[in-house]
Amino acid sequence: MSALAVLDPGLLTTIQDLGRPGYLRYGVPPSGPADREAFVLANRLVGNPDTAAGLECTLVGPTLEVRTACLIAATGAEMPVTVNGSEVPRWTPVRLKAGDTLRLGTAPRGVRAYLAVFGGIQVPPVLGSRATYLRGQLGGLEGRQLRKGDLLPLGQPARSLDGGERHRVRAECIPSYAGEPQVRVVLGPQADRFTPEGVRAFLDGPYQMLPQSDRMGARLMGPRITHTRGHDIISDGIPLGGIQVVGDGQPIVLLVDRQSTGGYTKIATVCSFDIGRVGQVRPGQRLRFRRISVNEAHAVLRIERARLETAVV
Amino acid sequence: MYPEPKFLPAGDLAVSVEFADAISPEVNTRVRALEYLIQQKAIPGVVETVPTFRALLVYYDPLLIGWDELVATLRSLIPQAQPEALPPSRLVEVPCCYDDDELGFELRAVGEKLGLPPHEVVRLHSGAEFLVYFIGFTPGLPYMVGMPDRLTIPRLEKPRTKTPAGSVGIGGSQCCIYPVESPGGFWVLGRTPLSLYDPKRPDPILLRPGDRVRFRPIDRSEFERIAGEVAGGRFLARVET
Repeated sequence: MSALAVLDPGLLTTIQDLGRPGYLRYGVPPSGPADREAFVLANRLVGNPDTAAGLECTLVGPTLEVRTACLIAATGAEMPVTVNGSEVPRWTPVRLKAGDTLRLGTAPRGVRAYLAVFGGIQVPPVLGSRATYLRGQLGGLEGRQLRKGDLLPLGQPARSLDGGERHRVRAECIPSYAGEPQVRVVLGPQADRFTPEGVRAFLDGPYQMLPQSDRMGARLMGPRITHTRGHDIISDGIPLGGIQVVGDGQPIVLLVDRQSTGGYTKIATVCSFDIGRVGQVRPGQRLRFRRISVNEAHAVLRIERARLETAVV
Repeated sequence: MYPEPKFLPAGDLAVSVEFADAISPEVNTRVRALEYLIQQKAIPGVVETVPTFRALLVYYDPLLIGWDELVATLRSLIPQAQPEALPPSRLVEVPCCYDDDELGFELRAVGEKLGLPPHEVVRLHSGAEFLVYFIGFTPGLPYMVGMPDRLTIPRLEKPRTKTPAGSVGIGGSQCCIYPVESPGGFWVLGRTPLSLYDPKRPDPILLRPGDRVRFRPIDRSEFERIAGEVAGGRFLARVET
């Protein structure tokens, strides 16, 4: 069977697909890639459906031994990609032969890189998805991160690999992970539980990413966001991107592996199209929040989806 | 209960339909009834729903249904979102070993705190029928009400960092079962050998929103026997529908 063998797992590498919708009402988060756009582009580059499973690599990537010829593409955080020690381009497909050593290095910018392989990684789906949920030990390879000696089974490519290398992502669609990104938010569902000064402080920022951040939540530090009457609410559902503000007045952006419900006030929600940017902000790097309305967010979403449709040429 | 539910934006992909700022069976029943109606109508563009005490979070695809249309559609369902709209609920029997210093390690402390002998705490707890308001926080964790008033107890002053999986706990007027080892602020009365969350099972989650739950006291030897059967995939929980 075609496979990739894990020589070195890197810092935190998991199998992800688009995620596991439909189980939040049982307390199971969707998981899936922290940066959905970069993940989808990796799949499209190699000719996979968006739903195919690939790897999410965090800060320091894995080293893999190629067991059979395959077509791969790396996107996302700027991990240098080498084949047998020679650097190869990112955001474009690369053809590999049996015996090659593929390495994703240390990212100087961005946090999460994605590796797609033509045919996809074929671990058994759990609750309809191959996405790894680490805290719940669900999906992926035994619900855990990759380790040395793992074998990643690959699906049969739907067609020959010939000519597969010619695709690329248009330059203007390759994001920059440097600087201080602006992240668009819709205020609510509990914005009324904060003072006007608190909301202003939140929108002025900037907020610095803390190292305790993970796929569950991005913990931030910056201007204190003051509550009107305490930080507790009657527990309710936490949307993707929900921004909890706990007792210390600091925000936590809840991400793909979030708890399904929670009892802290949520001042705002990061828009779906900017979640990936939050997932790429490094510890110590800063971001700012910008308020938009729900209708503006839907207009932006339409533009962003259209952009994604034409990103691979 | 608010005169009209609130529709609170939760980003570009979700809306929180909030019925009240209170915890009560009436409020939660309306939340679950609205969820059930949404499932029955299969509204195009509605992706997923998450019921909680007093609100329903509705995830949607804005490319299929806009905010105004979504809110209008949900609003039109609200009058029908009444208890009688819900199908009959399941009754799930949860065996629980109380009288054991290791498994029910806070039973005696609860008795002292409430001024009740331990066997009376067990009698009251296992005599009650609980309602699962919702499942949340971690996979399979039920938020349940229906506690006898005499078992109402403040939560632990200092939450413990590790509660064993299967622990049955009480706090305030609520009862919960910890599906996996986790921190906890509830007093542990006993432990069930059932697995509320098992990622290796085809259906990993035991309890569902709206289930009724009764605890059946078991001794340590029955606990061990059932635990063995659960581990071997041979135990079927008693569920009446």
